[in-house]
Amino acid sequence: MKGLVPIVAVVALLATVPLITSSNVVLNFLVVALLIALVGQGWNLLGGYGGQYSFGHAAFFGTGAYVTAILQVRYGVNAWLGFVLGVAAGALVGAVIGALSFRSGLKGSYFALVTLAFAEVLRIVASVSPITGAGVGTLISLDLRPMAFQFQNRAPFYWIILAMVGLSLILIRMIEHSRFGAYLVAVRENEDAARSLGVNATIVKLCAMTISAAVTAAGGCFYAQYFLFIDAGIAYGSWISIEALLAPIIGGIGTVLGPLLGALVVKTLGELTKIVTGGAPGLDLVIYGGVLILVIAIAPRGIVGIFVDLRGRMRRSKAAAPASLERGHG
Amino acid sequence: MLSSVILFPALLNGLMTGAVYALIALGLTLIYGVLHIINFAHGALLTAAMFAAFFGYQWLGLDPYVAAIGLAPLFYVLGYGLQRFVIGPAAHGEDRNILLVTLGLAVVIENALLYAFRADTRTINLPYAFNVIEVGTAFLAVPRVIAFAIAIGVALALWLIMRWTDAGKAIRAVAKEKLGAELSGIDVAHIYAVTFGLGTACLAIAACLLIPTYYVNPSAGNAFVLIAFTIVVLGGMGSVAGALLGGLFVGVIESLSGLYLGESLGQIGIFVMFILVLLFRPSGLFGERA
Repeated sequence: MKGLVPIVAVVALLATVPLITSSNVVLNFLVVALLIALVGQGWNLLGGYGGQYSFGHAAFFGTGAYVTAILQVRYGVNAWLGFVLGVAAGALVGAVIGALSFRSGLKGSYFALVTLAFAEVLRIVASVSPITGAGVGTLISLDLRPMAFQFQNRAPFYWIILAMVGLSLILIRMIEHSRFGAYLVAVRENEDAARSLGVNATIVKLCAMTISAAVTAAGGCFYAQYFLFIDAGIAYGSWISIEALLAPIIGGIGTVLGPLLGALVVKTLGELTKIVTGGAPGLDLVIYGGVLILVIAIAPRGIVGIFVDLRGRMRRSKAAAPASLERGHG
Repeated sequence: MLSSVILFPALLNGLMTGAVYALIALGLTLIYGVLHIINFAHGALLTAAMFAAFFGYQWLGLDPYVAAIGLAPLFYVLGYGLQRFVIGPAAHGEDRNILLVTLGLAVVIENALLYAFRADTRTINLPYAFNVIEVGTAFLAVPRVIAFAIAIGVALALWLIMRWTDAGKAIRAVAKEKLGAELSGIDVAHIYAVTFGLGTACLAIAACLLIPTYYVNPSAGNAFVLIAFTIVVLGGMGSVAGALLGGLFVGVIESLSGLYLGESLGQIGIFVMFILVLLFRPSGLFGERA
């Protein structure tokens, strides 16, 4: 269980933050960053390990958020139960979209586009149907009891989302080292070859998509509990689909810690540019977008990729120091 | 069933809208067909062109249809430069990075426009904007008829360029077999940039056609992106004729589903059709079978 050490270390380190500061600004920032990390981790399983780029993870995020909210508001279901059902509903939506797309053999850009279209259909339906509150949105009434998944201050929320991120890290780490994970990577690298070796690629992708959707839906459920308000643009908007793929790609796609690193960096960058530009509308995002392009230009394999390169270089220079014989070893 | 008195104008209006959609989709399908990327910056570039057309009219009194003659080459150069000096070098040739770079570009362009012009929605008033032409039972606004004619003309010109010129042949060669094209002496980086430039020039013309009947604000172009993708898929990726037919088709579908389902649900018709086509005939309604 060597790979678990860095996960435990990172989570333990982050867990101490509320003990050091009770600043709402800091905690709120970290809660949102961790939320993005969770949503991105869901995307990472399907996109990073499975090579299936989804542009529509909002479909799962939104379903989780709406199911949690609507069950509470309209049917009086307990928030925690609503949370579990929200995750299940997200997984179900993932399974349905996955089954439809993978059975039709959609790959690459076609898969990306069909997921985008599903998310858009859900957004438009949610923006007009009465059960979602249509244009007004759904407001979860204030009920500050732990039983209702609401808390007096932000620290419990923080620990809950951190625990969820921790669980997702362990889950991805376990999948990475399982037979299923090996199949998934094989499908990503060469689907035809994987098939010819007896891997049922459709089932493997479908499982990955279902788990991926469940993880992302958990993020949506948490969002609904934390902000207590959702509408069609928040729940099914393209912003979350973009955040979901940005975090892992910036952090390091197909790596366990990539989405968490990416989310922290992207969110920090966003806040910094906001401070630097002092509230001029748009200017912060101009810089943000520019830096984003630069990061991609400099670190095409993400932040984790930089570390891997550095370690490789150090190892190589160490090996080269005593005798420069080991050519082509790196 | 609605009577033909309502249906016929809806059909014609759908065709008019569809022609402009087709032009936006033409840019996208060119870029898609050759570079095999989803260009996230398409909507933002369209918005930029709409602002250019708007201020051309506001400051210089340029009629948008005249402005198109100047804006098309300007945006060709812009598109060429973006691909050659920003997207290409920053992406290291990896698809997912191209996607991110165009996403970053979209963020930069959209917010630069927001910073410069604020979120206000602007419209222009052409003196002849409310003139109509009577066709049977339908009254068609003059700007929409002009837009229709120009869009069809541009599509035709583009088709001729792709079919008969050396540049067009090189573009098709790169789209079909990049390595083979490179081996036979085609400068692939240059062709990529030319393609991106042509696609962006299409946007500039589309923007000039839109501005007399539409509004512009820093996110105005985004409304057209998903529709353009629908058309690209319907028409078959990379097919000029397919994009034109697909655009007209989508315009009609939108107009009719708006008529039957109401304005807010009108777009659902497009997306449902989009999903069905992707699932059952991903090579497009008009494209060759992959």
